[in-house]
Order: sequence, then structure tokens, then C-alpha cells
Amino acid sequence: MSARDSILARIRTARGAGAAATEAERAAVEARIAARTPGTRQAVAFELVPRFIEQCERMASTVDRVATDADVPAAVARYLQDKDLPRQAAAWPAIAALDWTATGVQVEGRPARGDDLVGITGVHLAVAETGTLMLLSSPTTHATTSLLPETHIAIVPTARIVRAMEEAWVQTRSELGELPRAVNFVSGPSRTADIEGILQIGAHGPFRVHVIVVG
Amino acid sequence: MSAPVSGTTNKPKEGYQSIHFKTRAHDRLNDAKVQRAMRNFNLAAARTRGIVDLENFEDIRTAAAAIRDRSLAHLDVWLERFEREATRRGTVVHWAESHDDINRIVIEIAQRTGVRKVIKSKSMVSEESHLNAALEGAGLKVVETDLGEYIVQLAGETPSHIIAPAIHKTRDDVADLFHDHHGTPRKTDPRELTMEARKFLREHFLTGEMGITGANFLIAETGSTLIVTNEGNGRMTTTMPRIHVAITGIEKVLGTLEDAACILRLLTRSATGQSISNYLTFNTGPKRDGDADGPEEMHVIIVDGGRSRLLGTDMQEALRCIRCGACMNHCPVYQNIGGHAYGWVYPGPIGSVLTPNYIGIENAIDLPNAATLCNQCGVVCPVKIPLPDLMRKLREKQVDRGLRPWQERVGLKVWAWMAKRPAAYALFTRIAARIGRRMGGAQGLIHKLPGNGWTEGRDIAAPEGKTFRELYAQRRRS
Ligand code: SF4
Repeated sequence: MSARDSILARIRTARGAGAAATEAERAAVEARIAARTPGTRQAVAFELVPRFIEQCERMASTVDRVATDADVPAAVARYLQDKDLPRQAAAWPAIAALDWTATGVQVEGRPARGDDLVGITGVHLAVAETGTLMLLSSPTTHATTSLLPETHIAIVPTARIVRAMEEAWVQTRSELGELPRAVNFVSGPSRTADIEGILQIGAHGPFRVHVIVVG
Repeated sequence: MSAPVSGTTNKPKEGYQSIHFKTRAHDRLNDAKVQRAMRNFNLAAARTRGIVDLENFEDIRTAAAAIRDRSLAHLDVWLERFEREATRRGTVVHWAESHDDINRIVIEIAQRTGVRKVIKSKSMVSEESHLNAALEGAGLKVVETDLGEYIVQLAGETPSHIIAPAIHKTRDDVADLFHDHHGTPRKTDPRELTMEARKFLREHFLTGEMGITGANFLIAETGSTLIVTNEGNGRMTTTMPRIHVAITGIEKVLGTLEDAACILRLLTRSATGQSISNYLTFNTGPKRDGDADGPEEMHVIIVDGGRSRLLGTDMQEALRCIRCGACMNHCPVYQNIGGHAYGWVYPGPIGSVLTPNYIGIENAIDLPNAATLCNQCGVVCPVKIPLPDLMRKLREKQVDRGLRPWQERVGLKVWAWMAKRPAAYALFTRIAARIGRRMGGAQGLIHKLPGNGWTEGRDIAAPEGKTFRELYAQRRRS
């Protein structure tokens, strides 16, 4: 018997079930999945945008807010200037396609490399409950852009902010059908407390996460 | 209920350090450095701060326990569902009966794909199988990338906590290790040390060919693995190398993404007090057409390694565990002796339950007794595992199997004999109380009881000289 079959058989014996899973058991599992019952969630009511901003800051992200997409390049330039960061970035192609000419920031639409210092992404959705960015991998939304550079700037349209992870899943299923290779929920800069329990912001991922809310 | 424990012999097996609990605990208690290091972390206080914003924390705990029970109740059906979906999305699913199987499967994948360098995100299951040593034995270079795990790897040690692996190390220890291994000037500032690790490990992230991770959960609905990290090394390990291997236990399956959403509200709050971890990474199969990043192959190894023995027994609740570490952070015994004293992968209360069940009750005889049954762990456990009950049941099993030391067995027999004979009992206690009083002297303290280690570190208050029954009878008369 293969390891697989003997493990499954042992589990079935332990729970006093017959030799192989029955159609009825499989159907019960499918029904449970189809129902997708939300678990118990946080009870308090909140407004999406203010809650999102407040929770981003709680997770040590910084937040700016602008009116339209056209204001994004200037907001990015301002942030880079304030933080004394290089005016050069790797970005998702859709972001690189914005009009950056007036800003003097050089934005390339390509995956990030190990030596890029700034990465600019959009989001698939954002979660208000926890101040979280939801990023999906795809040929045009590279996973490395939010991972390798020391600074990650994320552009978040208010229309993409949902209440909790449950809403994010419902919307993702209806928009995409199935999950892409990687779904990353990012809440603030990377951190560690592995040396004497002292919190250090900036471990292997970005040191800074700057969120620009649009709308 | 049948005993959910392995082995037919009562003899401890060579090689399991859990049998040496007493000596190991003693060493840790006398190690001033470990004692100092342990005091640096206060994860229990962090949890207390972290749960205040969840006013319905208790309801969510109940829901989370129910979600875990639902998975365990039809575990095989959920695992098959996960396997079907993961396979459909291009992941190769492997099954490992034993720890040796894990190592063999990983080495086979590495050899077939010509991998020489492996980078690892935290995986406690790989600690169970001593995977690093096996991979090194097969000529592979292995680099742990979680900062705590990296420190522990450089020191040639094992983790002493499931979420803070280097909790027993001071900054001076880390300074020495980095100085020796990196050949850089010695520095003691935690910030500078962290940045040095970032620099050295970044190089490995960019050149690692296989990434090995654990999986906090498997999602049956989508065939995805979920890993929860703060440092970002989990993302690196699943994004940069061309092969990704996730290793996890059979019990880790969840039904839906909604189930994951509910449990995640508790996991990080219980662990470090954060409302959410910095990174939650759901991986579903290898790189897709046109993707610029991601591995070419994704493998999931589903491990039994003793787990199925707990199913359907009075130990099953232990399989709910989501590895948050709260039980050890709140355990007065763990907080004093540290994780290494427990001698196997999982320390603290959950370790005292899992270790005897996974590796055999006879190989971890002191562990279920290394607790005061104060129930701090049971109160904080986010999935409501009744840890003290499980430890008590394991103690009963030790007695049933005749595994307790002969002094204890004889002592209990004598006590039982007397307890059934009130006159003998009264006579014995009367004599003992009077001898005790003599021994206590003027201070009323006994410094040494014969044949008993209890008084090695403290005195015992001497009896007053009369037993309760005598005093009671006296009062009735007056
Ligand atoms: S037993 Fe409970 S408290 Fe301990 S690690 Fe597991 S889930 Fe956390």
C-alpha cells in the first residue's frame, strides 16, 4: 500500500469509518465548501476608509491621500523627496504608464531586482479591518515589486477597500474564479523581534510601506 | 479508550533527549545566561494588549475550535479534497508516513532537479525529521532564513520556542556568532545585527535553488498552502527559488478561505499580540504562463509522523493546535526552564502532550508531569485545547503502563492500603506528624527529607505535631 493510502486508511479506522470515503461523505465536504460560511468576525462597526488608514498606521505603514490617479506621481515624488530616497523605482506596468514626466522620478515597468531601492504597486483589494494590502501575482503584477526593494509604495483606490478578509475572498472569487499562484496579504513593513525580543522594523522585506489612498 | 501511544516496550529509545528532562531542566535553571535571555521576551503581555480590540474574542475562540474539530472529524475526506485541488493546480502532493520519508522525498526532489543550495523558512515539521542534517548529509547546502532560526543554525542548536526560536540567546551570543561566521567586526546593537543578517541572507535568497517552508494551513477549497510570517522570508522562499517544497502535518487542513480568515484573527494575536502578521502568503501551484516570478515546481509533503495515533482517542483535541506558542508563553514551568529542557521539537504544555504521543510515552516520561496544572495554558489557547486535562490523562496512562518509578508505585500502594484502614492511617499520620515536628526544630522548617529531591532547593514547613483528626477530636470534646 502506498504511504498515501495507508495514512488515509489509518485515519478512517481511527474515526470508525469504512474502508474508503463514500460519495455521501464527499458530497458533505463539497456542500460545506460551497456554503463558505463566514466564521465569527470582529463585532464592531466601522467606516471603511478611516478604519483602513488608522489600521495601516497601527501596522507602521505611512499613509497619504490624493483625489485622483493623476495626482499619484506627484505624491510619490513628494514622499521620495521627504524621505531622501532615490528618484528611481521598479513598478507594475500599469503604474509605470502614469504620466511621470513632470516629477523627475524614473519609473520602470518591470519586476524588481535585488538592488532596486523603491517598488511601486497597486493592490487587488485592501482590507479595512487590519490595514492590509491584498496583492496577487500575475504577468503584470509582479510579486517581487513589493518584496525586494527597501521601500514599497502601494496605490490603493478607495473603491477597492473592503471590510474584512471574508469580503476580499468573496470578491476575488467573483472577479477571478480561481486563485493566482500567490496571494499575499501585506500589513506594514517587515519586522522581527528575534534578538532579545526587541522589535526591529525591516527584516528581509521592505523597511517602509507607504500607502497612497486615491479617491 | 485505547492508549494513543506508540511502542510496546516500556524502555526508552536511545537518542530521544526528552527522557533526560530532569537533568536538562536542572542545567537550564542553573544557566544564568539562559535565565537572563528568557526574561527579555514578554510575549504574554503582548498577547494581553493584542486581544483587547476583539471584544468578542471568546466567541471567535469557540468558532475556531469548531472549525478545527470539523477538519479533524472528516480528516481523510478533507485531505483528499486538498490533494485533488492542489494537483489540478499543478502542485505535486507527497505523503510521508515517517520522518525518514520526509527526508527521502526532499532529497529525491533536490537530486532530480539538480539543486545544490536550499533556503528554508521556518518549518517545525522539518525539525521533527532533522531535515537539515539529512540534506547536508546528501551534500546540499542548507540556510535557515528566519532570523531566529538562522541564529540557532549558526550556533549548531535547535529552536527553543516555536515562534521565537532564539529566545534563549542574548545579543552577546548573537554578536559572537555573527562575528565568527560572517568575519565582520563584532557588533552588539540588535538593529545592526538584524541589518547584517539581512545583508548576508539577501545573497542566499537571490541564489537559493530550492525553498523549503512549512505550511500553517492547507486550504482544501483551493489546494493552497498558507504561511504566516513577519520577516518576509516566507515570501522570499516561495518567490525566488525555482523549486518550492512545503512540509506540513496531516492535521493542518482547513475547509475554506473563510475558515482561514476566522482562525487568522486569533493566530497572531495569541502569538505576538499583533492584530495580523505582516505577511500572509497563499500559494497555489507553480508559476503560471507569463508570470515573471515564482517557482517552476511546487511540492507539498503531508506528514503523519505519529499524528494519526491521536485521532479517535482522548488525545484528539491536541491536533487542533495552530502553533501560536501562547501556552508556553504563559507556562510558569516553561518560562523558567526554557524550551531545550523538553528535549524534543515542541516545548511547553503542547509539547508535553504532543511529544509523548508522537515519539512514545516511554521516551518522554517526565513531560506530562512538568506542569503544575495551573491551567494558564488552557485559558489562553485560541482553539480551546484542554491542555491540563490531556497532561493528566497522560499521567494516568503512565500509571496504567507501569512506567512510574518503583518508589512511587510502592509508595502509592502503601498509601492505598492505609487509606482503606482508618485505624492504621491514623496511627501512621500521628507518628509521622510527631517525627516531622522533631525534625523541624525551633524554626519549624525541615531542611532535608530523606530520599526526596524536593528539599534540595527549598525547606518544607514541619507539621505542628498533631494531626487534623486529633485536633478535630479535641475540639469536639471541649
Ligand atoms: S496548544 Fe493552543 S496555545 Fe499552545 S501553541 Fe497550540 S494553539 Fe497555541
